[in-house]
Amino acid sequence: MFLYALLSGLTLGGVYALVALGLTIQYGVSRTLNLGYGEFLIGAAFAVFVMFGTFGISPYLLAIVVLPGAFALSWLVYRVMLMPIVRRARSPMALEIDSLLLTFGLLFAIMGIMLLMFGSNYTNYSYLSVPVRVMDATVALNRLISFGVAVVVGIIAYILLMHTRTGMALRAVSVDPVGARLVGIDVNWAAGLAFGLGGAIAAMGGILISTYMTFTAEMGVIFTMKALIVVIMAGVGHVVGALVAGLVLGLIEAFVAAYLDPGLTVAVIYAVFLLTLIIRPQGIFGRVAR
Amino acid sequence: MISRSPTPYVGILAVAGTLALLPLYASSYQLAFAIGLLNFAVLATAWGLFSGPTRYVSLASVVFFGIGSYTVAIVGEVMPWPAVLLVAALIGGAVALVVGLATLRLAGIYFVIFTFGLSEMVRQLVTWYEVNVTLSIGRYIFLDITQTQIFWQLLALLAIVMLGAVALQRSRLGFALRVIGGDETMARHFGLNPTFAKLALFVASSMIMALAGAIMAPRWTYIDPAIAFNITLSFQVVIMALLGGMHRIYGPMLGAILMTFLFEALSNHFPQAFSLMLGLVFIVIVYLLPNGIVGRLEEGLARTRRKPATASAKVGERT
Repeated sequence: MFLYALLSGLTLGGVYALVALGLTIQYGVSRTLNLGYGEFLIGAAFAVFVMFGTFGISPYLLAIVVLPGAFALSWLVYRVMLMPIVRRARSPMALEIDSLLLTFGLLFAIMGIMLLMFGSNYTNYSYLSVPVRVMDATVALNRLISFGVAVVVGIIAYILLMHTRTGMALRAVSVDPVGARLVGIDVNWAAGLAFGLGGAIAAMGGILISTYMTFTAEMGVIFTMKALIVVIMAGVGHVVGALVAGLVLGLIEAFVAAYLDPGLTVAVIYAVFLLTLIIRPQGIFGRVAR
Repeated sequence: MISRSPTPYVGILAVAGTLALLPLYASSYQLAFAIGLLNFAVLATAWGLFSGPTRYVSLASVVFFGIGSYTVAIVGEVMPWPAVLLVAALIGGAVALVVGLATLRLAGIYFVIFTFGLSEMVRQLVTWYEVNVTLSIGRYIFLDITQTQIFWQLLALLAIVMLGAVALQRSRLGFALRVIGGDETMARHFGLNPTFAKLALFVASSMIMALAGAIMAPRWTYIDPAIAFNITLSFQVVIMALLGGMHRIYGPMLGAILMTFLFEALSNHFPQAFSLMLGLVFIVIVYLLPNGIVGRLEEGLARTRRKPATASAKVGERT
């Protein structure tokens, strides 16, 4: 029981960490919260479902097509939809409300299109659901691979952000957009790039999840919410924090489901979230905003 | 600043009194439609009451609406109807007090996210309780309340809410709220207590929503957590209030009327396209109607009268 909960918590947490990483990059750099974020995850899951069904290509290989697509779409969302709002905003608060409402619109629009295309049925397909023994417990191979891929993508993203010039530029914008402009960083370029990267990471999460979870066109909101909880708990823009908090969230969910009641996972996660908001509103790893 | 003319009160009472005759002439389909419309008008007005001055976008409307409905399902048959309504309002207010105390000190964005998930959490808790404690997921509501009576109750509630909103506007609290909406830091320097004012409004608005949920409950005969706490309702309420315009008391109601007709037409012809349409309306509001239809009309009026733009209301200001 314990080992099973630990393993399923780690595999789930790995994907949560990945998905939260994408959102924290988007939100941290562009400072506009994308509530349609989870739709990119579900969109990728459906894209893979369709292509796997018609061509029979491995979902992991399909990432070569899906990720650039998600990158381009997310980049377009920022450049076409959000930039006009950023330009006309008179105060940060007005921008906050406008971008929230706009991305609500995006959420429902993408969800609506997926509902029209696929209906509201639960969808799943079987790929590599071979049982593997890990010590005393059995896990499906696709879950193990997901965890592995999540770790690899997380490490790659970390290296790109921390050890390249582009990564440094993105971090500079997330720390201080005005200062970044003074040292010659194009803030709009950085925000667009961050949106694209985040969208691609969300799509990767969608591909991984689709191999072992049933999904519906209406599930994007749930992933957005969990990713947001992780991002806020960790502190907005904190990459390592998001990875750690994502894993912890997955573990909490798995242990609550195993020992308490599967019907109480959201309630417990919410309680943890609320406690964090009250005790440390800036996030566990976050610094107090100046 | 503070007007004492009785015209708005008389106007509201006259309109409500005229509309009260509607059930005598309307068909049962028209009456059902009117009930849906009034319900949204109440919810959107209550939402605007809190979110208009404070600019906090709450997605918890359905939590309080659902609490009202569930109260009826649980105590509806053992208590007289007025007592049921009172209990629903009190429970809604108590929950709002707890939620408000925990979250209203936070920045606006955290509030949105928290309320975003609150309905999901409440839905899960109620489901868990019903499955594990009462051992059945749904509940039946058999009450001897006709459609006409529901219509009258909602109409009365709407009239009371509108009268209250006008009175609030003219009260000291209303004035304080306008100052807070304009600049919270400045309001603090005047010795106003923004958190208290926000909390009071949040509780009042939530009690109204719980009442609406309680009044609507007898229409369902069967409810379960998925029906009573369906988050789509929260989004519908937000979009109605924003479409109408939050800076006027009657703005959300106007939005509710327009959107109810739109939803009705769409669900008859394109039942699948509901989400897509909701999304597009959100996008249109942000780009084209930042102050709602009322704001746009006022701008148009101000332009035709060749007056400077000061006639259009500013953010956070309600008149």
